[in-house]
Amino acid sequence: MNRTSLIAIALTLGASPALADGHVTCPVKVGVLHSLSGTMAISETTLKDTVEMLVDQQNEKGGLLGCEIEAVVVDPASDWPLFAEKARELISDEGVDVIFGSWTSVSRKSALPVLEELNGLMFYPVQYEGEESSKNVFYTGAAPNQQAIPAVDYFLEELGVERFALLGTDYVYPRTTNQILEAYLKDKGIAEEDIFVNYTPFGHSDWATIVGDVVEMSEDGRQVGVISTINGDANIGFYKELAAAEVSADDIPVVAFSVGEEELSGLDTTDLVGHLAAWNYFQSADTEANEEFVATWKARMGEDRVTNDPMEAHYIGFNMWVNAVTEAGTTDVDAVREAMYGQEFPNLTGGTAVMLPNHHLTKPVLIGEITEDGQFDIISQTEEVPGDAWTDHLPESAKLVSDWPGLGCGMYNTETETCVQIQSNY
Amino acid sequence: MTDVSVSPSSGRKYSGEREGLAPRSRPLIQRPDVLIFLAILALVTICATVLAQMGYVSTSTVKLLGKTLCLCLAALAMDLVWGYTGILSLGHFAFFGIGGYAIGMWLMWDRTELIVLETLAQNPLPPTPLEIEEAIGAQIFGVVGSTEIPWLWAFAGSLPVQLAAAVLVPGLIALVFGWLAFRSRVAGVYLSILTQAGTLALSLWLFQNDSGLRGNNGLSGLQNLPGLDDVPQSTISLWFLWASALALGGAYLLASWTVSGRFGSVLRGIRDDEARVRFLGYEVEHYKLAIFTGTAMATGIAGALYYPQAGIVNPAEIAPIASIYLAVWVAIGGRGRLYGAVIGAAFVSLLSSWFTGGGAPDIDLGFYEIKWTDWWLVLLGLTFVLVTLFAPKGLGGLVDLWTHRRSTRVDDLGPDQGSLRAEEDRP
Amino acid sequence: MRFLLFIALLLLPLPAAAQGAIQTLLQTHAEDLANPSRRTIQPVIDDLAASGLPQMPDFLEAWADRRVVQRDADGLFFYGERDGDVYVLRSVEDGSEAGEVGRREASELRPNAGVRRLIATALVQFQLNDPDPERRRAALDALSRNATPELLDPLRASIPTEQNAQIRARKEALERLITLRYGEDQAARLAAIEYLSGGVSLEARAALNNVLTTEIVIGAPGAETNVARQLRIGTDIAEDQALALLAEEGVEVADVSRADRDAVLIANIEDGAVSGLPVASLASETRRWEAYDVLARSGVAPQRAGPDAVSELLAANPIYEVYDEPDPAITAAAATALDEVNARVARAQAADLGLDALSLASIYFLAAIGLAITFGVMGVINMAHGEFIMIGAYTGYVVQQIVPDYTVSLIIALPLAFVVAAAAGVALERLVIRHLLHRPLETLLATFGISVALQQIFKNIFGTQAVPLTSPDWLAGAWTLNDVIGISYIRIAIFVLALMFLGLLVYILRRTRLGLEVRAVTQNPGMAASLGIDPDRVGMATFALGSGIAGVAGVAIGLFAQVTSEMGSGYIVQSFMTVVVGGVGSVLGTLIGAGMIGGLQKGIEWLNPSNTLAAQTYMILFIILFIQFRPRGIIAQKGRFVQ
Repeated sequence: MNRTSLIAIALTLGASPALADGHVTCPVKVGVLHSLSGTMAISETTLKDTVEMLVDQQNEKGGLLGCEIEAVVVDPASDWPLFAEKARELISDEGVDVIFGSWTSVSRKSALPVLEELNGLMFYPVQYEGEESSKNVFYTGAAPNQQAIPAVDYFLEELGVERFALLGTDYVYPRTTNQILEAYLKDKGIAEEDIFVNYTPFGHSDWATIVGDVVEMSEDGRQVGVISTINGDANIGFYKELAAAEVSADDIPVVAFSVGEEELSGLDTTDLVGHLAAWNYFQSADTEANEEFVATWKARMGEDRVTNDPMEAHYIGFNMWVNAVTEAGTTDVDAVREAMYGQEFPNLTGGTAVMLPNHHLTKPVLIGEITEDGQFDIISQTEEVPGDAWTDHLPESAKLVSDWPGLGCGMYNTETETCVQIQSNY
Repeated sequence: MTDVSVSPSSGRKYSGEREGLAPRSRPLIQRPDVLIFLAILALVTICATVLAQMGYVSTSTVKLLGKTLCLCLAALAMDLVWGYTGILSLGHFAFFGIGGYAIGMWLMWDRTELIVLETLAQNPLPPTPLEIEEAIGAQIFGVVGSTEIPWLWAFAGSLPVQLAAAVLVPGLIALVFGWLAFRSRVAGVYLSILTQAGTLALSLWLFQNDSGLRGNNGLSGLQNLPGLDDVPQSTISLWFLWASALALGGAYLLASWTVSGRFGSVLRGIRDDEARVRFLGYEVEHYKLAIFTGTAMATGIAGALYYPQAGIVNPAEIAPIASIYLAVWVAIGGRGRLYGAVIGAAFVSLLSSWFTGGGAPDIDLGFYEIKWTDWWLVLLGLTFVLVTLFAPKGLGGLVDLWTHRRSTRVDDLGPDQGSLRAEEDRP
Repeated sequence: MRFLLFIALLLLPLPAAAQGAIQTLLQTHAEDLANPSRRTIQPVIDDLAASGLPQMPDFLEAWADRRVVQRDADGLFFYGERDGDVYVLRSVEDGSEAGEVGRREASELRPNAGVRRLIATALVQFQLNDPDPERRRAALDALSRNATPELLDPLRASIPTEQNAQIRARKEALERLITLRYGEDQAARLAAIEYLSGGVSLEARAALNNVLTTEIVIGAPGAETNVARQLRIGTDIAEDQALALLAEEGVEVADVSRADRDAVLIANIEDGAVSGLPVASLASETRRWEAYDVLARSGVAPQRAGPDAVSELLAANPIYEVYDEPDPAITAAAATALDEVNARVARAQAADLGLDALSLASIYFLAAIGLAITFGVMGVINMAHGEFIMIGAYTGYVVQQIVPDYTVSLIIALPLAFVVAAAAGVALERLVIRHLLHRPLETLLATFGISVALQQIFKNIFGTQAVPLTSPDWLAGAWTLNDVIGISYIRIAIFVLALMFLGLLVYILRRTRLGLEVRAVTQNPGMAASLGIDPDRVGMATFALGSGIAGVAGVAIGLFAQVTSEMGSGYIVQSFMTVVVGGVGSVLGTLIGAGMIGGLQKGIEWLNPSNTLAAQTYMILFIILFIQFRPRGIIAQKGRFVQ
């Protein structure tokens, strides 16, 4: 058999049969696409455990549409191409109805083409840089306007910061976030020379010079603030150096977007008291729903375990999905997607999360000060802010909107009134 | 079955025969190892195709198979440069990545261009080249917070140029690096460390957003071929499986031909005793440079075929550890024999994805449960040490047992042996 | 009188009956107190501070320290202490017990850092003469962060009575800073400038810079204004920046943007053509401009600006920087003083960078020296060397888990890390490396396998999360010469540690029998063996020594950076570079190599401070090139293992 004829066969027989509509096969399968090994395992394993906990809770309540829910866990091993491979396996081989997964932007971008090709559905629980809206992904983490911009407003309004150091790890989330922030700060009248930007590699440990540079910034007598998008382990060296240089939060406040309860458990926080973090959730949030959530988590995983923001995102996302499936009466992706729009679910921090037509949530923005026991003291909580897929602060994306039910487009140019593309940009 | 690494020609050189081509024992196509290899390759490919058509083999499995063949090709190149010539390059996977980046640039550009043209066509005015370029820039680099098109992307819209780049850029880098290194007689572990450092520098450079290749995100969505939106991935994956199989088959033939001739003899001579080959009047540097560059190009081709199947190429792929794994595959498979490299790469990478994919059942020891996702790397690392210590011939050695072919010569302990013996002899 | 009071009490709502003066005052600001914002709280704080109530300073302090709660039921404020699920309340009037309230029935007041700073400033006037020196210091800190003109007089008044010499000096310095900023008297301000020109402190520079703040003025400034300079296009300011500045003021070149042009073109499409040119032909920028120009000539659209329009506009609108400070004598003196200070700061910064480089070099030296001697003696590369660093760091962590006192645990951890890592090294040497003697490439790969396995084993045991390794208090903080030159004590300690090991190694190599044998084996193993030296034993001893030092380096690194199972791989390539650049098997070479790499990295970082990654990339490229020209390193060993 020669190759051309094989390709001909391939072309004619290629398409796989589509999934039947409006029909539920038991058990309902929930795919979990979080790294259980490799560098991201530390963050993502927690989320896998969260989804499993939510699935168990739902099964205790009687499952979904009369079926048991079954969690199908795979391990993409912090290897980005594997996210595409495993997503394909989950959807086409395992036939899962929904996927909860991904942490880094690059892993999401890796899985996106597969999700769109096979019309899968994924819930992405982590704060991210925005500038994306896929028909097949619901973003339950914060968009920049739900975390970064309010934090900068807090710096400007409440702390009177006039010079900014934007320190980040060199990858897409800090890069894009800082670019948005730079544009935003310039709109607010901060001059270019008053913004210091620095990028360091993952796991950077030599912070003496950078901390020195930041301290030097206060030489012109204006208040300096640090906006940190430093990721993971590198934070430990950074905060240790800050403490060694005796930089107190009163002199130079640091607000971090990637430091939560989990990250703080790796270091002694006595010297960090008063530095800030901005999230949509803190474990210290004082509501009854949160108390119960934390208690369940600790009972399941151990007393010393903490809860964090992406966990709440999965909590909201999973419950919304359950409600949407119940409403639609099927796990079919298109029907569930339709039912998702406008879904409401109470946040753990109070208030209500609403699923918007751009696949983002409304979330309150919390700013917390680090306390000695590695928790956060919430000092500011806004009303719910609707997530914005395309930032208003960059000229290229200011003219874009995402509205799936209304316009059927995630990247709609309001100037030319055309849909730039249906697939997402990956 | 002929073991190419100990083919008679290698002995002949020492007897002083310099002039003329060492006679090839048999035409290439009649040599049993080549025949068996090609037959197995064809069988696997055809079976996979047929089973995929019948729906027994999923698209992800076809992709896995296609990717594995590409890794085998890279391992083959590694075997030539390390197993046959004794240059332990810890940077060959960088060439693999460069090949992926080169083809990835075209795939991204062309796909984006089609999308952009479609959007711009809704404009009453026909698009100008500047408008198209700006729109492409915003689409590709908007993700990493930029809209400008870096100079590296000047020819990204041209498939022939990018295809050539997938081969020539690795070749050129290898040529310059090799020329500098071999000229200063940097060899042995020094060279290994240098290649590793070079790979680290390349991956750090790619990591930077400023370098223009989208930083840590790399190039993604490569599985979607431009203009072929209607062709399902199940078909495209088969195309790539065939392309990968053809590339591997072709490369195997070429490699067999290379190592069985005089050129191959000189390479083995360099591996066993570089100084002696130099005294015999051979331009050792030229031979080393030729094999280093040639294998870099082959690895580039492997990368160009691999990443459209993987869907994404990014700097993490090029990290030094990947190149070391390449050496590990070759070592486990068996150095100095071409099929050894292929067996090693296929065996270890498939086993690896089986273990990390949760395919292997966990073992409950009662007091401790061995989860293979956690312990697989420990197993791999220790296996590798044991293979190096006790089975330098690797899995390929099993083939020797099977063919009842006991070497009458002194056991070949590997490429270092000769040169170090010489070292000790030296006053 | 009593009767009137009785009437007043009757008229007040019931809860207020129990209110004292502070509570009454607080209740008038209840809303602001519960949700304070830096922008709006100042009048409230002023009002509270000006009340003259004796308990007010205590209340303000408690408020800033978050010890005040508001009872939800009646909105009253109390000092509250959290005790389990309840707050124990005390009255704001006299601190007397006021019962308990469930934690959900009261809310803590949480002024943010900005508000706390304002409170601290308000407290300054009460604290300047406080008998407690700590409070006086706190007041001065608050004053230096947020000086206001009103506080100048209280500060001046407090100086003569100040007994503590240190605090008095600080008060005097602050008095000068505030005088310069808010003073009225020119002579006093000039004196302050004169005084400030002598230092490099951040405060002094901040004060001088505050005097020299400017704003941009477009068009010729008036005679009264204190002009700093005119910005020349091209030298002081780029053309597009200048245009942007003009645009902010509403002065713009009447130019047609591409979007404007396309809008005009689209609006003028008639029968598939624009001014006679078919639409399909407008697929290039030049064609579109041509079509536009035709339209512009016919008056349908505005003309495009000429090529000289920009330069004409810039010439017509000169841009000036004008000092906010009206007195030219003051600004001139401040500018001169600042120049002096900046020159000194630049020198100090160079020195500081030197210190950083020295610190980095000492870390690289510690990480690499073990590798250098094993590489030198045995001619093998140990890829698992980084994992010995990791083993050392985790040893330190485990010791800290058992011995809670950080000082004692460090004293135990350092030698223990040496022993544990050395034992691991000997095990590796005995089990693997000895069997691969004379096969350096395979040793490299086998030790790599060990490295992979070790990393994963540690991950399985200790988890992927970084573990804390905390330095004792006496190593916290930094040694600071002035506000520019400073280095943390941990780094100094590491530097000293590196020196100690340098000394130890030099002593062992030069003065002991083992050192003699090591040097002999390094230079010629065959000859050494024939002279009765047992290379096997020497190899084992060197391996123990080299690995042990790596273990100690691990503890040191863990004190200032993260301890993870991958920490070793972060140092391994740098360590190899150090060894290869310095020259294999030479302690001095490693020292020079570490110095060179540390210095180089800091140098490149200084050239491009915004991208640390680039610095690492270029450093590696530089080293690759360097090795091309000096393949044997700076200190080339004669003898074995060079090709």
